[in-house]
Amino acid sequence: MAAAILQIDNLAKAYGTGPDSSPAIAECSLAVERGELVCIVGPSGCGKTTLLRCVSGLLAPTHGTVRLFDEPVVRPPRAMALVFQDYSRSLLPWLDLHGNVTMPLRARRVPRAERDELARQALESVGLGADGHKYPWQLSGGMQQRTAIARALAYQPEILLMDEPFASVDAQTRADLEDLLLDVWSTFGITVLLVTHDIDEAVYLADRIVMLSASPSVVKEMLPVDLPRPRDQIDTKARPEFTALRSHVFASIKAESQRPSGGVRGNGG
Amino acid sequence: MTGHPLGRLVLQAVVPIALVALWWITSANSTSLYYPPLREALESLNEQWLFEQVGSDLLPSLGRFGIGYALAGLVGVGAGLALGLAPWLRRATSPVVEFQRALPPPLLLPFAFVVIGADNTGRVFVIALGSVWPVLLNTIDGVRGVHPEALEMARSFGLSPGQRVWRIVLPAASPRIMVGLRTALSIAIILMVISEMRAASNGLGFRVLSAQRSFDTAGMFAGIIVIGFVGVVLNGLFVLAERRIMGWYRGAQGIGV
Amino acid sequence: MRVRVRDLAGRAALPACGLAVVLGAFELASRTNVLPRSSFPPVSDIFAELLRIAGTDEYRTALFQTVRGWAVAMGIAILMAVPLGLLIGATKVGYLLARVTVDFLRPIPSVALIPLLVLIYGTRPALKITLAVFGAVFPLLFQAMYGVRDVDPIAKDTARSFGLNGLQRLRWVVLPSCLPFVITGVRIASSIAVILVVTGEYIVGVEGLGRSVFLAQSGADYDQMYAYVVTAGLLGLVLNSVLQAGERRILFWHASQRNGG
Repeated sequence: MAAAILQIDNLAKAYGTGPDSSPAIAECSLAVERGELVCIVGPSGCGKTTLLRCVSGLLAPTHGTVRLFDEPVVRPPRAMALVFQDYSRSLLPWLDLHGNVTMPLRARRVPRAERDELARQALESVGLGADGHKYPWQLSGGMQQRTAIARALAYQPEILLMDEPFASVDAQTRADLEDLLLDVWSTFGITVLLVTHDIDEAVYLADRIVMLSASPSVVKEMLPVDLPRPRDQIDTKARPEFTALRSHVFASIKAESQRPSGGVRGNGG
Repeated sequence: MTGHPLGRLVLQAVVPIALVALWWITSANSTSLYYPPLREALESLNEQWLFEQVGSDLLPSLGRFGIGYALAGLVGVGAGLALGLAPWLRRATSPVVEFQRALPPPLLLPFAFVVIGADNTGRVFVIALGSVWPVLLNTIDGVRGVHPEALEMARSFGLSPGQRVWRIVLPAASPRIMVGLRTALSIAIILMVISEMRAASNGLGFRVLSAQRSFDTAGMFAGIIVIGFVGVVLNGLFVLAERRIMGWYRGAQGIGV
Repeated sequence: MRVRVRDLAGRAALPACGLAVVLGAFELASRTNVLPRSSFPPVSDIFAELLRIAGTDEYRTALFQTVRGWAVAMGIAILMAVPLGLLIGATKVGYLLARVTVDFLRPIPSVALIPLLVLIYGTRPALKITLAVFGAVFPLLFQAMYGVRDVDPIAKDTARSFGLNGLQRLRWVVLPSCLPFVITGVRIASSIAVILVVTGEYIVGVEGLGRSVFLAQSGADYDQMYAYVVTAGLLGLVLNSVLQAGERRILFWHASQRNGG
């Protein structure tokens, strides 16, 4: 058994205070092991993004703790990099790709030669080795998200957090980016925690799927995915195990989104 | 403190109240020619502007401003629609428009005084010609920014060209037109005041300058306060009108009401 | 190559024709006395006079004084308003404290101060500079305030997630994001500053193009009066295009500059 590098204990988050507060996450505990690829899925509006923001240290939880390598996370830790859904707003338009990828490294005062090399490797590994001088707005959405991934990789994190990273691109690009992620995941040997609302994507990518309930969320089920690797968009998705897992997750989430949420809210109000 | 509505109100009112109080206190015992006690300025305001000079100076000023600004608005929007819809016309007129826009509006005064005369017509002309350019240029930009899909939709429903301009182009360009009208408002107010500072016999600008020339500094400050007040009120009226007219736009932009 | 030359000629033809028609119309109107020739001389006379005076010291001094007044006023206004605006916009308390004051002071016409400034400065250049600073400060302040408030929260979160500290976020994210707003403010402030500098010259008599216009007007030397007016217009054109070129260079990455050019 590998050791857990990320440990989430009894995490809860409510927005606002007093009688007006609205709970987003009721209770969530989760451990992620080194090298694991974990996907979090749940019905829309269930607080997936809130959870990820708490884990990344951008948002303080109301209760509970997040620990990375046994250190409590109170601000974004050095060993963690984040990829946002909205690449067009997360990349800086006044910097070219090289500038965007090296920006966090410059802030960390990595020497120039070293950060140029890291950026070159990172852009290379996402297939943008020749485009460092281009600006984000000159590129397609898929290429912009590749840049955001390269920026995260050049930061050399132990764990990559991704918030619906492929939700804003078309279906074909999405499949390409999923394979790109699997590729860099195995090459760089990093740990990935990815939030998605797409069940196929979760089953296709994950070692393990964490299903959240409707808001206020609790961890409803943990589902190991034993599909063989390397995975393939056609072969893997054609396997009966894939279909079975997918149906299972789908049924579970559908039951969740049909659950009357008034009962839970009633207690709070 | 920033969360509570009352706290917000207090915070917003603190600086203006403090500034006026500071003015009142520091000027109270002032014997300086430049800095008369605020109390004297307000007394003078009461004597001269309530309401003796309202009819003789304030209303003529506002009348010239109103006509000039209305002309600028009508001509600016009309010509802007034409130039925005006809690219060749826009290109042909571009050097003249660019030059006129770059010409500092106060220098329209000598032309108006010499050619038209230093009378109401001349001053209205300066206010109108000086403030028309922001309206014109913003209308052109607004018209050019109308989505082609909206025009195609209108054509597919059989709207005539005139209807398309009235029902599609004008509303779609209206946010930009409003921006232009707002800039034009400040320029028109400036021109209203300074056009009365040369060869005039009435008006706000005339009154403050003659108070200064006769070393009636309290009266001068009273005039300055009146001009400031006029500026604030005219801007406030503009904002109210804009809110009414542009309610749909704020909603569509998610700005809230 | 030939195609490009023809293209360029084609693009310039229409504006050139338009300009020729307008200048010709004014020339004709004056020569036929439709516009009274005594008060509006033919355009050709105005340009001849402009060429004649362009070499004189008075002309150069007047032009220089106007440009200097504009530049000094803009410098002071930017140094005052931009840091203050960024500071106000960056804090919620600052924003609330300043909003009503700024909203109230902004519409006060700066020209209302002319009589007071005459008392204090007479016809010294400080008069037109103060006037222009007062007019230029508010658009800059306003734009800087809104620029800071408009910084994309996702861009800020991104910087935070990569461990940038407050100063680094200011340097790498906040300032560049505000730049389009500030530059718009500079453009608005510049045209207001030109208006007020020339007002100080024409109305009060501070040295510069505006005073030269007034002197020529008082002497009924209308050729010269219009020659100075045209100079002021050309100066405005030059300032506009310099600012535009600067904007294009600095904001090449911004949506407003990307398409169409």
